[in-house]
Amino acid sequence: MLTNQEVAEHIAEKFDGSVADFEQPYGLLTLTTTRETIIPLLAYLKDHPVYQISFLTDITGIHYPESTGKEFAVVYHIHSLVNNFRTRVKVFLGKDDLHIPTATDLYASANWMERETFDFFGILFDGHPNLTRILNIEEMDYHPMRKEYPLEDATRQDKIDALFGR
Amino acid sequence: MSEIDLISDKGQVARINQPELVEELTTLNLGPTHPATHGIFQNILQMDGEKIISGEQTIGYIHRAFEKIAERRPFYQITTLTDRMNYCSSPINNFGWHMTVEKLLGIEVPKRAQYIRVIMMELARISDHLICNGILGVDSGAFSGFLYLMEKREEIYEVYEEICGARLTTNMGRIGGMERDLTSTAIRKIKALLETLPAVLREFENLFNRNRIFMDRTINVGPITAERALSYGFTGPNLRAAGVDYDVRVMNPYSSYEDFEFDIPVGQSGDTYDRFMVRGEEMWQSLRIIEQALNNLPEGPYFADAPEYYLPPKKDVYTKMEALIYHFKIVMGEIDAPVGEVYHAVEGGNGELGFYLISDGGRAPYRLHFRRPSFIYYQAYPEMCKGVTISDAIMIMSSLNVIAGELDA
Amino acid sequence: MKPVKMAEAPAGHSGAGFFATSFDQVIGLARSYSLWPLPFATSCCGIEFMATMGAHYDISRFGSERPSFSPRQADLLLVMGTIAKKMGPVLKQVYIQMAEPRWVVAVGACASSGGIFDTYSVLQGIDRIIPVDVYVPGCPPRPEQILEGLMQVQHMAQNESLRRRNSEEYQELMASYNIQ
Repeated sequence: MLTNQEVAEHIAEKFDGSVADFEQPYGLLTLTTTRETIIPLLAYLKDHPVYQISFLTDITGIHYPESTGKEFAVVYHIHSLVNNFRTRVKVFLGKDDLHIPTATDLYASANWMERETFDFFGILFDGHPNLTRILNIEEMDYHPMRKEYPLEDATRQDKIDALFGR
Repeated sequence: MSEIDLISDKGQVARINQPELVEELTTLNLGPTHPATHGIFQNILQMDGEKIISGEQTIGYIHRAFEKIAERRPFYQITTLTDRMNYCSSPINNFGWHMTVEKLLGIEVPKRAQYIRVIMMELARISDHLICNGILGVDSGAFSGFLYLMEKREEIYEVYEEICGARLTTNMGRIGGMERDLTSTAIRKIKALLETLPAVLREFENLFNRNRIFMDRTINVGPITAERALSYGFTGPNLRAAGVDYDVRVMNPYSSYEDFEFDIPVGQSGDTYDRFMVRGEEMWQSLRIIEQALNNLPEGPYFADAPEYYLPPKKDVYTKMEALIYHFKIVMGEIDAPVGEVYHAVEGGNGELGFYLISDGGRAPYRLHFRRPSFIYYQAYPEMCKGVTISDAIMIMSSLNVIAGELDA
Repeated sequence: MKPVKMAEAPAGHSGAGFFATSFDQVIGLARSYSLWPLPFATSCCGIEFMATMGAHYDISRFGSERPSFSPRQADLLLVMGTIAKKMGPVLKQVYIQMAEPRWVVAVGACASSGGIFDTYSVLQGIDRIIPVDVYVPGCPPRPEQILEGLMQVQHMAQNESLRRRNSEEYQELMASYNIQ
């Protein structure tokens, strides 16, 4: 059985200086890295002979409008099916520079996950084979999951604010 | 071209004067409302005759912005969303969500509630696989098997109805346990189902499993290797058909799955036939689990002691001040959750159904992301149907069991 | 076996060897008992339609034996499930392809009004793009409710004047949806 401590120490040693913020909320090893290190880190963990963290569970984004310089986070959940060990890796990006390298070369499944993250948050995955909107219509001119955009359909006229307590 | 050729009705004569046949690809638009696609996906296929050369998918035709809605709703109201995500097996989604919140809050659910959840989740798995395998039969031209299975699925719905009153969107769980206990009628109905379902399943298997036509249509159709399946993020029956025995119920047991004895069926080649057989066998295993859970159903409360999240009994609301306050606070969603970050996964009908929840201490999630298995593995579809005929492509799609509501969220 | 139930003949005059009634009523009778539905199923309500189609509820009892997946041969468009804005133009296209007389049933809350999905991506009711005859409430409606919706359409088909589809009001209605 792998322990969080063991893996965290190993990663910290191997990628000294470019990984930080080791935590384990609810037992899941979480760490933060930079956009330069993310792909080497994923590749390293994937090919590691013991860890074999080689299953990409999920990629998603988060928007923190209040934290200046770190407005967006891209979150990778990876899983070692052999050791039953999960890890969460985060990369924070500033709102003016939303570029991050793609993981499609490592995992075929990253393709749509990254497209979805682009669609929702506008994060640009460099090197992605087809970075276009996936769920929303092509004509949409904003990224709806960002906190500043409203949830509700703006075209509705039958909603009277007084009835909805607003 | 001479006149004689034109009036000749013999094909050969007419063909002589034709210019040399040029290889030309046809573009075929399959969907989004094609009757054979059960759900709205669009595939633009490049065809050479009837052979598929390449395909490009368009999805998002039923994008309902679940994740955005979830940011505006108190925790308990998100159940209405998970209900409608994979609507073939909604109890699994709901309980998965409840378990995620319970993990965040640190609520320990009593054994009885966990067992009832297991029964419901396995019933949902059966109803999901019944539809998938039944539809696969329809797509190969055998309608009767589907009718037999649908008749049984109605009985599963009757169990749901007995417990919560609804058939499809079964909001029977609560954060902290179940909404109500299993009634004796419900137990009787589940027991009746355990007795009658095997006969129907066996009949269905007799129709299909060794059916020459069905085997010809499915064996070696749309195979995927274990390696590619893992790279594409396959989980659930589709991954197990490729030979990887990954099942969340065993690897990270939740809701007391460690108490039950069951097998994980795996296939070998990951083709349509293997997917069909794995689903078929999983139904038998689900029956086994339900039987064990029902026989060992522990006594005790069916909800946890979590007054801030679990609605008090209605008669207390009318008579006790404290209960009234809690009732009001829960219904108005005025309770702040602790700060935290949770990932919880359950074995959904189609694979690992994950919930990634970030709470900033407010009444609603700061961010909630659903890891939808169909969304992730459906991207392998063009690769799987490269070189097959269009009728096989339809079979591959229905054997993957892509649920539109889960795909587009 | 149960005796076959025959539809009642419309009101008219009968005598020795003849029966006279209005053309409207005969055609209405014929139409109402052979409505071919086009199941435009997108989500949860579609699963309930499967149950309606199955042996237990059996929509065939009402003359809708044949689900017509081609809009050209369909009389009744059953819209079941959420229609996203991306899907809207497709739905309209399907409606335009149907031949007159055509009826539309919005099955479920989403098709009727957007339901619980009051979001940027969901069309807030299909009546924004095509005219709807019957709304079936429920999220999702039970199969009985879908059957009730079908029976409402049967009733409309029986009592519809043959000239309705040529009337000015109808043309205006179509024009208001930008159809034709």
